[in-house]
Parts: sequence; structure tokens; C-alpha cells
Amino acid sequence: MTSILTYTFKSLPSTSKWALRFSLRPLSCSSQLWAAPAVQTKSKKTLAKPNIRNIVVVDGVRIPFLLSGTSYKDLMPHDLARAALSGLLHRTNVPKEVVDYIIFGTVVQEVKTSNVAREAALGAGFSDKTPAHTVTMACISANQAMTTGVGLIASGQCDVIVAGGVELMSDVPIRHSRKMRKMMLDLNKAKTLGQRLSLISKFRLNFLSPELPAVAEFSTNETMGHSADRLAAAFAVSRLEQDEGLLSDVVPFKVPGKDTVTKDNGIRPSSLEQMAKLKPAFIKPYGTVTAANSSFLTDGASAMLIMAEEKALAMGYKPKAYLRDFVYVSQDPKDQLLLGPTYATPKVLEKAGLTMNDIDVFEFHEAFSGQILANFKAMDSDWFAQNYMGRKTKVGSLPLEKFNNWGGSLSLGHPFGATGCRLVMAAANRLRKEGGQYSLVAACAAGGQGHAMIVEAYPK
Amino acid sequence: MVASRAIGSLSRFSGLRILRSRGYICRNFTGSSALLTRTHVNYGVKGDVAVIRINSPNSKVNTLNKELQSEFIEVMNEIWASDQIRSAVLISSKPGCFVAGADINMLAACKTPQEAAQVSQEGQKMFEKLEKSTKPIVAAISGSCLGGGLELAISCQYRIAIKDRKTVLGVPEVLLGILPGAGGTQRLPKMVGVPAAFDMMLTGRSIRADRAKKMGLVDQLVEPLGPGLKPPEERTIEYLEEVAVSFAKGLADKKISSKRNKGLMEKLTSYAMTIPFVRQQIYKKVEEQVQKQTKGLYPAPLKIIDVVKTGIEQGNDAGYLAESQKFGELAMTKESKALMGLYHGQVLCKKNKFGAPQKEVKQLAILGAGLMGAGIAQVSVDKGLNTILKDATLAGLGRGQQQVFKGLNDKVKKKALTSFERDSIFSNLTGQLDYQNFEKADMVIEAVFEDLSLKHKVLKEVEAVIPDHCVFASNTSALPINEIAAVSKRPEKVIGMHYFSPVDKMQLLEIITTQKTSKDTTASAVAVGLKQGKVIVVVKDGPGFYTTRCLAPMMSEVIRILQEGVGPKKLDSLTTSFGFPVGAATLADEVGVDVAKHVAEDLGKAFGERFGGGSLELLQQMVAKGFLGRKSGKGFYIYQEGSKDKNLNSDMDSILAGLKLPARPEVSSDEDIQYRLVTRFVNEAVMCLQEGILATPAEGDIGAVFGLGFPPCLGGPFRFVDLYGAQKVVDRLRKYEAAYGKQFTPCQLLIDHANSPGKKFYP
Repeated sequence: MTSILTYTFKSLPSTSKWALRFSLRPLSCSSQLWAAPAVQTKSKKTLAKPNIRNIVVVDGVRIPFLLSGTSYKDLMPHDLARAALSGLLHRTNVPKEVVDYIIFGTVVQEVKTSNVAREAALGAGFSDKTPAHTVTMACISANQAMTTGVGLIASGQCDVIVAGGVELMSDVPIRHSRKMRKMMLDLNKAKTLGQRLSLISKFRLNFLSPELPAVAEFSTNETMGHSADRLAAAFAVSRLEQDEGLLSDVVPFKVPGKDTVTKDNGIRPSSLEQMAKLKPAFIKPYGTVTAANSSFLTDGASAMLIMAEEKALAMGYKPKAYLRDFVYVSQDPKDQLLLGPTYATPKVLEKAGLTMNDIDVFEFHEAFSGQILANFKAMDSDWFAQNYMGRKTKVGSLPLEKFNNWGGSLSLGHPFGATGCRLVMAAANRLRKEGGQYSLVAACAAGGQGHAMIVEAYPK
Repeated sequence: MVASRAIGSLSRFSGLRILRSRGYICRNFTGSSALLTRTHVNYGVKGDVAVIRINSPNSKVNTLNKELQSEFIEVMNEIWASDQIRSAVLISSKPGCFVAGADINMLAACKTPQEAAQVSQEGQKMFEKLEKSTKPIVAAISGSCLGGGLELAISCQYRIAIKDRKTVLGVPEVLLGILPGAGGTQRLPKMVGVPAAFDMMLTGRSIRADRAKKMGLVDQLVEPLGPGLKPPEERTIEYLEEVAVSFAKGLADKKISSKRNKGLMEKLTSYAMTIPFVRQQIYKKVEEQVQKQTKGLYPAPLKIIDVVKTGIEQGNDAGYLAESQKFGELAMTKESKALMGLYHGQVLCKKNKFGAPQKEVKQLAILGAGLMGAGIAQVSVDKGLNTILKDATLAGLGRGQQQVFKGLNDKVKKKALTSFERDSIFSNLTGQLDYQNFEKADMVIEAVFEDLSLKHKVLKEVEAVIPDHCVFASNTSALPINEIAAVSKRPEKVIGMHYFSPVDKMQLLEIITTQKTSKDTTASAVAVGLKQGKVIVVVKDGPGFYTTRCLAPMMSEVIRILQEGVGPKKLDSLTTSFGFPVGAATLADEVGVDVAKHVAEDLGKAFGERFGGGSLELLQQMVAKGFLGRKSGKGFYIYQEGSKDKNLNSDMDSILAGLKLPARPEVSSDEDIQYRLVTRFVNEAVMCLQEGILATPAEGDIGAVFGLGFPPCLGGPFRFVDLYGAQKVVDRLRKYEAAYGKQFTPCQLLIDHANSPGKKFYP
């Protein structure tokens, strides 16, 4: 993960120019859709199920997603989470004491605030009577936070949940080496000067070499970019395809001692020629995954208010969307590390009783351009479906005109723990703006895991 | 030939013009006039890159034989003649094999050193042309790239290899008693440096792709791909080809240089090698080491050093000449015939001649977590077999589990496994004290203490819980299987599986069938053994089966020799200098004196005088004093933890003194002592064939070499009789018989062979 950071910096001398150019793409895509809103018959009128509580998203916010090492670099993760929580309070005006529970997702943990949800909630002025816990599931941590909340509401344990996610890649816990840690701990226990001296005499210079947070998969020892490069090659996704594949709900955040941040700063489309010049970042010298077609290291936080529908209505809210069926999947962490969406998509559709044609809005997490294109090809392959997914036929091709129209992780950035809420909010907001009833959210995560959820528009 | 070439060039002419724009031409297709069908080598053209595909018909591996060579030369000539082609990629169409080596049958057909040297020269010429090719050639290596295969690859201008476990590079010729004869001894030192080249050629070790990259043996690595739109292996080879084609283009366009950036250490080494004095020191050092390790019994390593030296000191021409000449000489030596015989035997013993078993063993259970039980468990779990390890006590079980873990962890330290793989392999092992889940077992291997009543007890206990189809295998080194099976309700499912210690290092598995053992039971045992990576000999039941029975008379002679006043150290050096990997006294310590005593008593009863010679008393006294060998810390030697030096156990002096026998001067020269040991071994082995314990001489040789350390340079007892001469063996036996009596009487089959000189174990 750190290596992505380095490459991003190397290859992105300035971003401001590109930001302007970028704005063209979502506009051009979505304008067509606005002109002709999709009208089609759905397999199901709604996904509401008898005797099961409807769960709604009242609203959600995120602070701007920034390249690591920029405006948020001196903050701590709970500061970002706090900003998202305050933003949510401000946006929804929800009375603090109504919130039953707070759940946050995060990946690289700051050791001082290992339960970052609780620290952020206290700092954001939530009631100290509201319990909070933190979950982690790599890039789908925030999804896990949301679905944990959904479970608590569905089972009748809670009515009002705040779920969110946070990641601060500007600062990561770099540890002393195990040998050094062991010596320091032993020193703590040593009672006499003699014992201490004998421990210190065992000190060697190499004890000082630091331990960086894991960049590679623990099980396979392979970095994600490396795996993505192999995945792209396995599905024969060319470098050109990957480079071509590139191209809200934000609350402002007053950073202490700095200016107020109001928009993302990572957006960075570039010309194909410029991108083609970049050197491969992982498999050198002939790989295809580069800094330009990978998501970059990002700081950011998001939060959303989830309620039982009757509670939301009783409190006078106009919800934005329903959270419906969801699935988690997992597969081989070596060769199928990033194929989560391929496996999760058909599973969640079947569970909900929908087909690909019923979906109006697709919001997929894009870790790497090559990864998302490989997922497209996998879903469009009968061979893959038959040999690896135990299906008779392929999942089907995704309609690109409905896909990540407001930008994805590649352009907006990907603060690991916070992306899930961004995806769901983008899905909810797109359903409202572009028209349509169902949205499919899907993401892959380290460890060979994946997630998908159906978001249903709340009737206007 | 001439005609076909003419047609070839004609069709190339017309073919290329038309198809140039399409970018890809299947050569075989365009030139498919009947005369031009090639079976081993084909090529297609991608843009301006020729992709040459090697695919030996009807074989799992590609071998460089005559047909392949001549087709390859034809193809290369077409490529060199073509205006359109600017570079080439050389790749195999077989998954898991680039080129596994030259065809050894080509050598077997040679009658004289000159003929063999001719084979070498043809290879040299072909590869020299490749090396001098003005159109760059990229070798795209997936799978084994060995011997002639590696020599082919290093003649190319660039090498790209798949980074997986199947892709290994090496020159194993030395293991067959020959040398890399197609320019390898000359090119390797230039490519990887003299020390590394010596290491490769003298040990024959296989090098994994990532290591090869570091050494400079390959220029690029390609990661294996997972599933995509095609099966992973297929797509990986395709991807390798794509990458190789891009590099071939780059080389032709001079955008990529085939020169490698050397690291500082490499630069220093290569600088040091320019100093004649340093070079001489290296040759000397390597020669000393080889002498020490081979005891002068193997000619190939010394000749390899010689040939490399000639090339470096006297230039290429002299080097190539020396290479081909020495190659020819080596190919005709007894040692290389012996080693090649072992190679063939090994291939044979890696096949299941009993066919596929009706039910594949998926759940294995092992009784007894001792050294053997845990060893068997280790080689099973790391091949993915679910294995239950049962012991009677928690302490015993814990020790066994730790042994398995340590065995796997050592592989992690050597980077042969990742720690994650270790953990997931270790999860295939279930340790337990009861018979839970034995109802799901497909095979039970018992490795409890060598005691018939105990074996009977566990057999009955196990049969009460296992399903009908489950095989019961007994790991015993001497107890007859039919006696163990006597209490079985289903003797057709009982079989012997004799593993050798340490199980994870020793390649041999001796499978013992009784009259009642069914063919399917045997097939099942062989299948499990093969899965465990073993070389397998299947023998008939009888006291000591084959291996133990051959070893016992030799050990009896060892005792006799010790009693006659030859010290353990002297005895060890006599046996190792004959080619045994472990000295005879040390071997007794390693096996365990109690085990040796046990076996000697049992077999002594069964075979009487023929197993006589030494006095059993010696072993009995040693056991009484607790000198059980390495396991008890004392035997003939003293063993201390952490110390590699071993000193003689001085307490043995009084035991030996008490049992001292007078030596017979006429049969007590060093050579006689060696032959007294070896001829008893050989005589017993031949007797096993005579009695039908052994099915084939090849299995006898494999069992003796891989299980008992019979000198590999002699090829095993049967090959030894063939090469040394049956008459000479019989003469020796008669001489010793005259001095000692019946234990040296040659068996009938051996006498038959001596009487008719044309009769050979290996025709």
C-alpha cells in the first residue's frame, strides 16, 4: 500500500490542471441519462419483505477525500472520523441521545485509538451513553460497519445507528522490530540494575530497523498491485484498456491551523499519452498496472445515519434509500484476490430475486483499473462461470453507461476504511438524481473477500 | 531432405507475402504440403518474431533426441533465411516442461567413446550457431529446463522464466556419471561465474527460477497467472509467450540490452577470476572437496573440473574439444552405466504397475507418533493427505506433532515453503489418543513398537472401528506380514509398508505383500507411497523381506570384523571408501543397536548358519549396557548434542576384548574386508531374486541403493554383478567360504550366472 503512495507522488507533479479536465466526464455521461430516464419493468416492485423491518439510510456525509500527505497529514484518524460525525449531526440534526449505537470501519489502526469509533464519537459530541465499536475487513470495512448496523436494527436490538469509516494513510503505525520490542518489555520487568545491564548488553544495531505496516497479503506475501497485475494478465486486459478505463455528499472540514477543505484533491485524469509513459509499478519492467491506473493512498472519513423505517418516519425524516439484501463472499487470496465483485454480484442478485437488467445504478469499488476490467471480463465469461463459480452461464456484462458515473475509487481516492459508505451514498444519491429504483454496490477486499449490497431508492 | 527444404523455402516465399499484414502465421499450416509435417518442432510468426514451439509427440516431457535436433535445425535455418523475421522466441507447448534434457538412449546406443563424443559435438555445433545468431533468440522457460535443455537455453541471447515451483534449471549430468556435453561446461562459467558454475555442475542441483534470476542464469521472471478466461496453466504459457515476444522485439530493435547489470559482489568475483593465482586456488580447492566427497569413486566430477579449466585457461576451441572427448570417455565408464541404470530403475519404481486402486485414499490414519509414525505423517500431510496421528500417550503424541512441525518449519527456513503454507499443511494433521473418526479412514498405517503381540493388539482394535474397504498397513522392518495378518478378519487388506528413517529424507518405500494380500490393496499402498513422493519396490513376504534381509548378513560380518580387532573408525573408513554413504559401525548406531539385535536374532532363527559369522553376544552386551546408538547417546561412538565430532565409546573396549576372535590373515587385507561385506550383501540379494522375494533385479538395485546406501557408483548388487563379473564374485565368495564356512556359499542363481558369461541381470 505504501508503494502505491510513492508512485502516486512520483507521477503526479500537479493535480490542479487535471481536476478541471476531469469534470467533463461525469457530466457528459450522465447528461444522456438525465435526458432519458430509464423506464423499464422490474422483476420485483420492491424488495420489502413481510415481517422484516425496512431499514433506511436517512443521510450520509463524507469529508473531502485527500491525497495522503496533504492537508490532513498532521491529524489523527479519530479527528477525521470526528469531522465526518459532526458533519452528519449537522446535516441530519439527529438528537444525539436517539442514536443507539455507533460503528466505524478502519483498516490500518492507530494504536492509540484502536476503538476509533468510540474516540471519535466522544470527540464529536455524541452522548457518552452511546456505545461504539470498530470493525475491520480491509477495503470493505465501512460496508461491514453498515451491515452490522443493519443486523442490529433488523434483529430489533437498535433503531438508530450511525455507521461510518475512516482511514488516515498520512500516518501509519511504524513499529520497533520484534527484537527491540521484546527487549523493551523485558527491561520493564527487570528489577535490578544487573538484570537491566545484561539485557542492554544484548542490544544489537539491527534491533533499530523499523517494521512497516504490512504491505503484502499475509497469507501469500504478495502485494495487491502485483496480484492485480497478474489478474489483469490472466484476463488479458491490456495496458491500453486499463489506461482508457480511467477517467456528492461532501461536507467541508475546517482543518485546525489550515484552510477549510471543501473538495477532493485526488482527481487526476490525464491524457492517454501521458499515462502510457508511466513505468509499471509492480511487475517490472513489463507489467501493466501503473500509478495512473491504480487507486492512490487517501485520507478520508465518512458517516451515515441508518434507521428503522418507522423510526425515521416517526422522527419526521425523509429517507434517501433502503438498504436491502447483502452478501459477503471470499475466495482464493492468491489468484482471485480481487475478484470479489464477480462472485458477490450474482449471489446478491439471486438472493434479492433481481436480474442484472433490474439494476439502474452500479457502484463498484475500483482498486485498480485492471482489477475492475478483469471483473468485467470474468462476469462476461461462460468459461469462468462454469469452472470457478459453479454456475451454468456467465453473470453477464455490465452496462458501462450505468457504472460509477460520478467517479470511482480510481479518480476520487480510496481511504480503505471509509470507501464503503461513499459507495452506498453515491448509489443512493444517483438513484435520486438519475432516476431508477435499484442500485448494486460491490467491492473487493484484501484477503480475497468481497461484498455486494442492493440499495433501493426511497419513493419520492 | 533436400526436396523438402526446397519446398519449405518456396512456400515460405509465397506464404509470407500474403500473410504479412495479418501478423500471425501458423507455419505448419501454410507449409502443410505433406513433406513438411514436423512432429517435434513447429513455428509461427507474430509480426516479425518467430515463435518456435517444442512439443515431443506422445510424451509428457520434451527430450533432445535426433529427430528433435534435426527438425530444430531445419526450423532455425528457415528463420535465419527469412527476411521478414527479425527475432525468435523458443518455447515449449508442454505445461511443466521446457526441455527435460538430452535423450539418454542416444548414449546407450553408442559403443565407443568416439561415438559418444560425436553426439556431444553435434550438440556443440548446433548451440554454437544459436549463440552466434544475429537474430536474437529468447528462451521462454516454463517447467523443467535441465541438462541439454539448459544448455539450449543458455545458448540463446535472452532467457525468461516462469517463477513457479515447477520451473527449475540445472545440469544434472553429473548424477548420471557424465558431464554437460553441449557447451554447458564452457558457457555456464561465463554466465554465472566459475564458483556458481562448479556448484551447479558438480552437485547437479536444480535451481528455482527466482534464484536463477539472482544468479544471472535467467534475465526476466514472469509470475504465474491465476484463473482468467482460460485454465491457469494454459494462460500462463500464453502470457509467457506474449512477454517473450515483446522482449524479442525489444532486443531486435536494440531497445533492450541482453547485458546484465552485475552487482558489486559479482564484479569483484569476476575481477578476482582474472588473476591466474586466484583461479588456480579455486581449482585446487574444488578438486580437494570433490576428492573428499567422492573418495575418487566417481570420475565425472573431476573431469568436469578439468574441462572447465581447459576452457578458461586455453580458450574456447580447446574447451569444446576437451568437453566432447571427456564426455565420450565418461559415457563409456562403468560408473555412468551404473548411474544411468539407477536412473532407469528409479523411473520404473515411480510407476504404479498395479493400476489405479478402486478407491483413492483420502483419509489416512497413522498409529504411533514415534520417529517413523511422525515421519510418515509429515510426508503425507505435505502432499495434502488428511492424516490422523494417533498415539497412546499425550507426551508421545506431542513429540510426534512437534517433529512434523519442525520438519515443515525447516522447509520454511530454507524458503521452500511460506509460513502460511506450513500452517495450512499442518492443519491436515489431526493428533489424537483415541479411535475417533477411524470409521472414515481409507488406510491405516501402524508404526507401533516392533513387537508381534502389540501389533496384533492394535490390528484387532483397529479392525473393530475401520470401514470394510480400509487397508491396514504395517510399518515393520522385519516382522513377517503374514504373522501380523494371522489375527486379521480380512487378511486380503493387510500389507507391509516398510519406510526408512528419516522418512522425510529417505526416498525408498518397500511394500510387502503376502499370499493373501489382494491386488487392489497393493495398488492402493503403491498409490499412497507415490503420493508421498517415494520410490517403491514391491516384494514378497518373508523374514526380513528384501532390504533387511540383505543388510543382516552384512551386519553379521561387521560384527565379525570388529571381533577380529578392526576398530569402528577403521571399519567406517573402509566402508565409506568403498562407496557406502555411511560407515558400517555408524550405521549400526544410527539404526539402533537394539533394533539390530532384534533383527539379528529373528533372522538368525529363520536362516540359521547363513546369517552366522559375528557373535550376537556383542549386540546383546551392548544393549544390556544401554549402548543403543545415537538415540541413547552411546553406541560404538559417543554422541553429544550440538557437537558434530564423535569420539569412540571407550567402554566398548572391554566388550570387544571379551569377544575377541583371531583374524585370518589370508582374508583380512583392507580389500578383503570390503569384499567380505559386499559379497555377503550381494549374495543375499541375488538369493532374494532366486526365491522370488524380488520380482525384478531393477527393484533389487533400487532397494539396495535408496534404502541401504549400497554404493550408487556400483549401481546396486545386480548391476554390480553384471559389471564386475559374476565369476569374480563367485571366486571371492569361494575364497571366504574356505576360510569361514557356509555363510559365504554362493547361491545357485549367482553360480548360474558365473557359469554362463552371456547371462546378465540387465540384458
